[in-house]
Amino acid sequence: MSFEDYHGIWVFIEVKDGEVVPVSLELLGAGKELADKRGTELAGVLIGENVTQLADSLFEYGADTVYVYDYAIFKDYRTESYMKALLECCQKYKPEVILYGATSTGKDLASAVATDLPTGLTADSTILDIEEDTGLLLASRPAFGGNIMATILCKKYRPQMATVRPKVMKALTPEPGRTGKLVEETASLKEEDIRTKVLEIVRHTTQKVKIDEADIIVAGGKGLGSPNGFQLVHQLAETLGGAVGGSRDVVEAGWIEHHHQVGQTGVTVTPKIYFAIGISGAIQHIVGMQNSGLIIAINNDPEAPIFQSSHYGIVGDAFEIVPLLIEQFKQAFNREAVDHV
Amino acid sequence: MLHIVACIKQVPDTKIIKMNPKTNTMDRASAPAILNPYDAHAVEEAVRLKKRYGGTVSVLTMGPPPAVKAIKKCIEIGADEGYMISDRAFAGADTLATSYALTKAIEKISKIKPVDLIICGKMTIDGDTGQVGPGIARRLDMPPLTSVNMVKEINMEEGYAVVHRKLEDGYEVIQSTMPCLMSVEKEINEVPYSSMTNMLKAARYQPIIWAVADLEDVERTQLGLKGSPTIVSKVWAPTKPSGGEMLEGDAAKQTEQLLNILLEKKELFAAVKGGDGS
Repeated sequence: MSFEDYHGIWVFIEVKDGEVVPVSLELLGAGKELADKRGTELAGVLIGENVTQLADSLFEYGADTVYVYDYAIFKDYRTESYMKALLECCQKYKPEVILYGATSTGKDLASAVATDLPTGLTADSTILDIEEDTGLLLASRPAFGGNIMATILCKKYRPQMATVRPKVMKALTPEPGRTGKLVEETASLKEEDIRTKVLEIVRHTTQKVKIDEADIIVAGGKGLGSPNGFQLVHQLAETLGGAVGGSRDVVEAGWIEHHHQVGQTGVTVTPKIYFAIGISGAIQHIVGMQNSGLIIAINNDPEAPIFQSSHYGIVGDAFEIVPLLIEQFKQAFNREAVDHV
Repeated sequence: MLHIVACIKQVPDTKIIKMNPKTNTMDRASAPAILNPYDAHAVEEAVRLKKRYGGTVSVLTMGPPPAVKAIKKCIEIGADEGYMISDRAFAGADTLATSYALTKAIEKISKIKPVDLIICGKMTIDGDTGQVGPGIARRLDMPPLTSVNMVKEINMEEGYAVVHRKLEDGYEVIQSTMPCLMSVEKEINEVPYSSMTNMLKAARYQPIIWAVADLEDVERTQLGLKGSPTIVSKVWAPTKPSGGEMLEGDAAKQTEQLLNILLEKKELFAAVKGGDGS
């Protein structure tokens, strides 16, 4: 394997319901930095049906080249079809790095591609860097349930691959009218080569505010004592128009569903305001919320590690503090509403 | 009759693990070794499928000799057979080398009895990658079905399975030819307490243990550290914010201060303000 043959930073562009998912744009932002440092180009690989027109926005978000596989066979994500397209593209153009969003699709695809190439794959990266001269990708990630951070290297294989958590990288501000090279690829796949079929896709619509998109999150932990006590979190969230989050403990205890879990094995969140109520602050929780704009912790244990990771802390009984807070907020909102009449 | 192989791992309990603050390394001895929690759900699902369709559940692990304990735990859950591959040559394996070694073991198991389905946990709590399952599937040329949270149907006569695959905002229903590999989410089932019969069986049970020399067609260069493209170059403790301001006074005073701080972020509450506040 001659590393000189490998050029360019690639991002797998994930499409859902005809739109590029946010993490792919975030990765174009992160990929641009790596590409600039290496003096190489940034490319997106866009796979799907009726997706070619999405390339325009990818150029605006920093892609120099977009490779497109636009065929009916790619209508739904399937491991085998997408993997074969990406493998072909990879063998043809030899990128030095491929980044994927650490989503159910990105992780599934990256694992399959890495095995077939074969090459190294770092999962759930949260920090990326590249050595200017050697092109060695430095992908860092929380490990052992978030207890440590580890930098993972792939020295002897190309391309180097990583999946990257949503919400930790920043998309560039789109540059309207910026264009690039669109390369339409032919797919040699036949439907009968693919052993899976997507029979149906069901989207949850019950979730009021999506936790990874919320500006305000009120999260609760074991300190609330019971599913009943956890209702306080729902009440405050409702008052503030925010989303509800939970620690791993409360999800495991069944007080709230898994898609509300904040942390290493849950969702990484970056709201503007994050309330941690009755959450002691295990490191696996901290890694999932530490990039929030303003972190407020309420806990009756002054020694709780959560206070180390908070901007403002209140030591006290949540059952006394939170109802007061709800009352005061309601009054304040009503006062303002009256003022504006 | 289904023959299901569940791949499992013994892991340190990362909830309990302690860090050595001086060296920033983990004190592994501080954490008890447990069956990877996601794998318990994988074994439980295999046992449920066995009850539904008839068949055999074999569990497979790679690890040092004490990992026998994790296999015994699976026998308690209801697995029939346990296989372990244990050899210094496997040490230091990343996900690619691990999937290679497990694949070689599955090839040997399938000669004893053909394998229809492989089940893995979604990921391990010490590695957190979820890459070994899909890796095994690719190496055995089976369709990988990741994030499975329900097995709707298995049709052995026609050779297909239908599963629900979890997405960020819902799920998709996938039909796949068999044999295939599923890695399962923990909401797929609840692992009940073990029966006394299974506990007694587990206490006496001795798994079949293979070294590298017992496996066939093994490329030794693909095993362990040698066969691992990724290396860990640096390990450090996550940076923690230094801690912010503690609000003083009684509850009313504390909440009032907090309210004033938050109300400065007016734009955030625009949607709420003007409503009835409830």
